[in-house]
Amino acid sequence: MEPFVKHTGLVAPLDRVNVDTDQMVPKQFLKFLTREGYGRVLFYDWRYLPGEKLNPDFVLNQPRYKGASVILARANFGCGSSREHAPWAILDYGFRTILAPSYADIFYNNCFKNGILPVTLSNEQIDELFQRAEKREGYRVTVDLEKQTVTDDSGLSYSFELDPFRRDCLLRGLDDIGLTLVHDAHITGFEGKNLRLPVMYDPVDVKYHKQEPPQHN
Amino acid sequence: MAARTLYEKIWEAHIVREEPGQPTLIYIDRHLIHEGTSPQAFAGLKAAGRKVRQPQLTFAVMDHSVSTKNRLLPVLDADALGQFEALARNCQEHGVHLFDLHSKNQGIIHIIGPELGITQPGQTIVCGDSHTSTHGAFGALAFGIGTSEIEHVLATQCLTQFKSKTMKIEINGKRPRGVTAKDFILTVIGKIGIAGGTGYVFEYMGEAVRGLSMEGRMTMCNMSIEGGARAGMVSPDETTFAYLEGRPFVPRGKDFKNAVDHWRSLATDAGAKFDETLTLHANELAPMVTWGTNPGMVTQVTDRVPDPSSFNDPVDREAATRALVYMDLKPGTRIEDIPLDRVFIGSCTNSRIEDLRAAAKVVAGKHVSSDLKQALVVPGSRRVKVEAETEGLDKIFRDAGFEWRDAGCSMCIGMNDDVLLSGERSASTSNRNFEGRQGKGGRTHLVSPVMAAAAAIEGHFVDIRDWKNADGAE
Repeated sequence: MEPFVKHTGLVAPLDRVNVDTDQMVPKQFLKFLTREGYGRVLFYDWRYLPGEKLNPDFVLNQPRYKGASVILARANFGCGSSREHAPWAILDYGFRTILAPSYADIFYNNCFKNGILPVTLSNEQIDELFQRAEKREGYRVTVDLEKQTVTDDSGLSYSFELDPFRRDCLLRGLDDIGLTLVHDAHITGFEGKNLRLPVMYDPVDVKYHKQEPPQHN
Repeated sequence: MAARTLYEKIWEAHIVREEPGQPTLIYIDRHLIHEGTSPQAFAGLKAAGRKVRQPQLTFAVMDHSVSTKNRLLPVLDADALGQFEALARNCQEHGVHLFDLHSKNQGIIHIIGPELGITQPGQTIVCGDSHTSTHGAFGALAFGIGTSEIEHVLATQCLTQFKSKTMKIEINGKRPRGVTAKDFILTVIGKIGIAGGTGYVFEYMGEAVRGLSMEGRMTMCNMSIEGGARAGMVSPDETTFAYLEGRPFVPRGKDFKNAVDHWRSLATDAGAKFDETLTLHANELAPMVTWGTNPGMVTQVTDRVPDPSSFNDPVDREAATRALVYMDLKPGTRIEDIPLDRVFIGSCTNSRIEDLRAAAKVVAGKHVSSDLKQALVVPGSRRVKVEAETEGLDKIFRDAGFEWRDAGCSMCIGMNDDVLLSGERSASTSNRNFEGRQGKGGRTHLVSPVMAAAAAIEGHFVDIRDWKNADGAE
């Protein structure tokens, strides 16, 4: 995972509340076997007209937001389905960070697994950013994870909170699984105590049930 | 020891490692996977040279992209076939138990987990699907995860988690006639909003919840995620144990007795503290119908489509305005006057045997309205399908003009060929009415199975309480 330390980029304002992950990556694109290439389909139904012609009314299609790498969003961003295709698409499109007043839980988690920083700011701060982004063409902000600030070149400076563990993982681009496997002895210890109990963890219930033979055509 | 909630008991029993300032490493008892979100996790595992740590704790099924038509025909959708083949390959390579397209146990993952007894009280259960919250009905801690977390669980059988806050959702009194678990949960979401539960785990309690069957409890827990909560739970009780006894993966004999003793001790203690409480009385509840583009945009069947200007919050006002444009509805329209194109009875929310029995009772001897293009019944699993056929429900549905299908996620997500066409309107027993959820440009109204059944007969919504066979899905 690519570390996130500091990022300066063009802001794209997406002025809708409760943007769900079905909108980010519609179901017809959930059949691929890789994590790559979803940028093209990000916000597919909003972004394209029939025949995959760009919908000029959709904000990301406006020339002034071409090359944007910061999404400015409204409350409960990323609600609904757990599909990680949503953050994959956001990253692949070229976004590195999101600014919003709140996020849905699973999406928020998924962002950190992909080197995307979801910044939480107050409603008032987000309102102010929307005003600036819509008023000034080429509006850019700098998101500094070390300092935990969002700044622009005309004096705006907001600080934000973030769980220190998540911050550290993102700053260093750490591999989650590698981190957990450092504690392998703890896991083995837990399994030693619990896995063979007849009540709770015993995978034993499997012993009653034989693996079905494969029945493929 | 201080009084503890069910959530706290399960959490504490699963701590592998805890350190101040860090998320907790918790053990995962059951990992459910399907073809939609797992291939990239296995690919990641392979790329890193890792193995599945506890393959016997992982269970796989094909459900999202499966056709619900003839299972014996070849799979025509090349992308779906690619997913099925990848899942079969991955399961075989890693020794994971798979219920494939042709298994008699195949079905929607959140239907078959409980039905086979893979789901049990006190477990931690995860799956790369947000409706994993369903399994909480058994007094398990069950939640949806992303693909990176799937890979994490495959490799370590653990997850790093932050502890959630808890919300008690209490429904007192007796469930009124014609009002189902679906109406309970839609009412709750309507009250708290779709982000009202973010950061919380719900526990449902109160007389009306206790009175629900396991099927009804699963319907409630299933939609916890639609209220923003990652998990919803019900403390296990005699209803839970009776449901589980004798199921294929449940301990038997003396082991079962020991298990029940243990499961009984998991229930939330009297006086345990919750961070938040919502209390409702069952006699306030009515059949619900969503009118907008998220499950919180919902009202009682006797109401009208709201006027966006009636919302105080400008953000809600704007969202309602947008939703009504998408749904092509005018403020003030009576819900009962909304005409329908298709009816879908299915999904991990409402496709269990009880749902089908209740719907069949409503349609028996009647016929689907000629205004409808399609009325579809998709059993949640092949076991449900066989059970329903043994009871003759398939015949009742067919005679009434419904299509009777094989098991899968179907029109809830439209990853197969069961979809709404642009501009079409459905009454659906599923869980999400997002824009395009059932097909691009499709308009979804969420309802209970009995409400969907009655709407299919009339071609528009009707108040099921006015019908003779209004008894709900229990």
